[in-house]
Amino acid sequence: MYGLGLAKGLVVTAKNLVLPSRMMTIQYPDRKVGLLGLSKATDTSLVDLIRKDPVNVFKALLGIADVKTSLPQHPRFRGEEFNWYEQRCTGCASCAKYCPLGIIEIVTSESGDQMQEGQKYHLDKFDIDIGRCMFCGLCVEACPYDALHMGSGFEEGKYRRQDLVIDKRQLVSAKKKPSTWFRPQLSNKNYDPHKGKNVKWDSAGRHEKPSLQQQQDKWAKR
Amino acid sequence: MMEIEILRSGFDFLGIYGFFDGFMPDNLDWLVFLITSVILAMVIINALVISTALLTWFERRMLGRFQSRLGPNRWGPFGLLQPIADLVKLLTKEDTIPEGADKPVFTLAPIVFLVPALIVFAVIPLHGSSFLGRLNIGLIFVIAITSVNTLAIFMAGWSSLNKYAMFGAMRAVAMLVSYEIPMGISVVGVAIAAQTLGLSNVVLAQDIPFILVMPLGFLVFITAASAEMSRTPFDLIESDSELGAGYHTEYSGAKFALLQLTEFMAPVIVAALVTTLFLSGWRGYGPIPGPVWFIIKTFVVLFGFVWIRASWPRLRVDQIMSLAWKGLLPLSIVNLFVIAVEVFIFNPGEAGLSTRDLLIMTGINWSITIIALIVIFNVMGQSKLKRPEPVALPLANMYANTTVSKKATDLAEAD
Ligand code: SF4
Ligand code: SF4
Repeated sequence: MYGLGLAKGLVVTAKNLVLPSRMMTIQYPDRKVGLLGLSKATDTSLVDLIRKDPVNVFKALLGIADVKTSLPQHPRFRGEEFNWYEQRCTGCASCAKYCPLGIIEIVTSESGDQMQEGQKYHLDKFDIDIGRCMFCGLCVEACPYDALHMGSGFEEGKYRRQDLVIDKRQLVSAKKKPSTWFRPQLSNKNYDPHKGKNVKWDSAGRHEKPSLQQQQDKWAKR
Repeated sequence: MMEIEILRSGFDFLGIYGFFDGFMPDNLDWLVFLITSVILAMVIINALVISTALLTWFERRMLGRFQSRLGPNRWGPFGLLQPIADLVKLLTKEDTIPEGADKPVFTLAPIVFLVPALIVFAVIPLHGSSFLGRLNIGLIFVIAITSVNTLAIFMAGWSSLNKYAMFGAMRAVAMLVSYEIPMGISVVGVAIAAQTLGLSNVVLAQDIPFILVMPLGFLVFITAASAEMSRTPFDLIESDSELGAGYHTEYSGAKFALLQLTEFMAPVIVAALVTTLFLSGWRGYGPIPGPVWFIIKTFVVLFGFVWIRASWPRLRVDQIMSLAWKGLLPLSIVNLFVIAVEVFIFNPGEAGLSTRDLLIMTGINWSITIIALIVIFNVMGQSKLKRPEPVALPLANMYANTTVSKKATDLAEAD
C-alpha cells in the first residue's frame, strides 16, 4: 500500500532509539557516567563509593563524573611504542639492518659478559624514531631473539619531533605489553596486551629458557 | 473594569491587574496597566525562551539517539548547558550586514519573525485561561498572527540580496500560503465541533479529545503545521543541502540567534496549539494539576516532531505543492464536511455536543478517515506510475541509421 514506507522509516529510527545494541558511538578518552555507571567502572560498591569519594558521587548524580575509557583494539594491533627486552637483546642489529627507513640506531661496545655463550654486546644506544616509523614490523620479524616486539598503545602524541625518538632508557622503563603481532608464542597463550599483565622477558621468547645444565651440555663441555 | 469577570484563579492579565489595582490610587490606572503588561511580557518571553532552549537540547539529544549517535553530552549534566554555550557563541560573533542589503528590512526581519511567536503563546490556555484571560476569538487570533511569519521570512530573504536567500524566501511564500489553507479548514472543523472560537472553550468542549473525534482533521493540521514551521520533511525553505541555509544565509551573530530561536520556538508553539485543539489541553485525570498535563501532552507532540524529523527525507518542491493542493486540501474539506453534517444532525444548540454524540462521531470519523487516507494515498501514488517512459536520445543508439554493422542480438533475431 502507498504510504507504508513512512511507517517503516519511523520503525527503523525507533529501533535505533530503543535498542542499545544499535548505539555505535564509543566515547574516548573519557565518558560521563551516572552513579551506577561510576560504581561499575571503578568496581566499588555504592556504599564504599559514597564513603570514600563523595565529590565524585555528587558529580555522578549530576551526570558530570568522568571515567577514563580506552578504545578496544585487537591484540595483534601494531602499536607505536615498541616493546624491547634488554635482557634478550644481543645487540646483533638485525632490526636496524632490516628497517626500510633506517630509523633504528644501535651503538654497541664489547662488554665481556657471558663469554661462555659467545660474548654479549653492551648496548650504548638503542634509538627508534617512531616519528618516521611506518609500523611495518619488519624489525620485529627480523629479531632472532624475540627481543623486540610491536607495542600495543597509540597515545604517543608529542609536541616536538625529537620527543618522538624513543631511546634505551624509555624502552627499558616502558610497560611491557607487547602486541602479539608476529609473536605466535604470545597469541597461542591467548595473551591480550589490552587486558593482560606485563610480560616478563623470560616468558616472551619462542622457546623455554634452557637450564644451566643444558647450556653447559651444549657449550662448555663440548 | 468591574463589569468584566475577574479570574483570580489563574495567572492572567486580569488577575495581575486586579492585584495591583487593589492598592494603587485610581488616577494611576495607566501605570497599573503598564506594570501588568511588563510582568506578563517577562513571564511569557522567559517561559518560551527557556522551553525553546530545552527543546534545542532535547531535539539534538533525541536526533542523536534516533541516528545511533549520542548528541551533545559534554557541557553540563547530560549536555544540558549546551544551549547556553550555543548562545554565547552566537552572541560573540560579528554581526555582519551585506553591503547591498536593504538594511532596515534586514534588521527588522528577525524581530518580525520573533514577535508573532511570542504573541501566540499569550493566548494559549495553560489552565482554564490563557495569559490574556479568556479570549473568545482565540482560533482566529492564532491563525491570523502566525501568518505574519511568511512576511518575515520573505523580508529576510529579499533584503539580504543573496540568490539562495531569495530562493528560500520564494519557496517559503509559495509553501506557507498553500499550507495555510488546509490548516485553516481543519481548524474550522474544530471550531464547529466545539461550537466556539475561544481556545479555552475548545478545551472545555473536549470530553473526548478531538484527536479521537476527528483523526483526519488532526492529521491534516499536524502535517500543515509542520510545513508552516518548515521542519523536515517540509524544510525546503532552508534546505541546507540545496540552498546553503535559505532565507538566513546572510545572517550572523545576534540576528541569526533570533532567527534560530524563533525557528526552534515554532515547534513549541505548534505543539501547544495541537495540545489545545486536539489533545484536550490541560484536562487530565487524577491528582496531577492541569498545567502539568498540558506540559506532558506538549512534550509528547514535540517528541513526535523530533521522531519525524529524524526519520523522513525532505520533499521536492513540486511534491510539497502537490501534497498541499491534491492531498491535504481534499482531506481537510472531507473532514470539515463530515463534521459539519454530523453537528447539523445532532444539533446540540447552546449546550454543545454531549459525550454520547462525540462517541458516535468518533466511530463514524475513524472509518471515514481510513477510507479517505487509502483513497488519497492511492490517488497520489498513481500519479507516480503514469510518468512517461524516458525516451532515449538519438545519439544513444549509434547503429540506428547505419548499415555498417549489426549487433549480435540483431543477427540472432534475423535467424
Ligand atoms: S616497524 Fe618498520 S619502519 Fe618501524 S622501525 Fe621497524 S622496520 Fe623500521
Ligand atoms: S634484532 Fe633483536 S636482538 Fe638484535 S639488536 Fe635488534 S632487538 Fe636486539
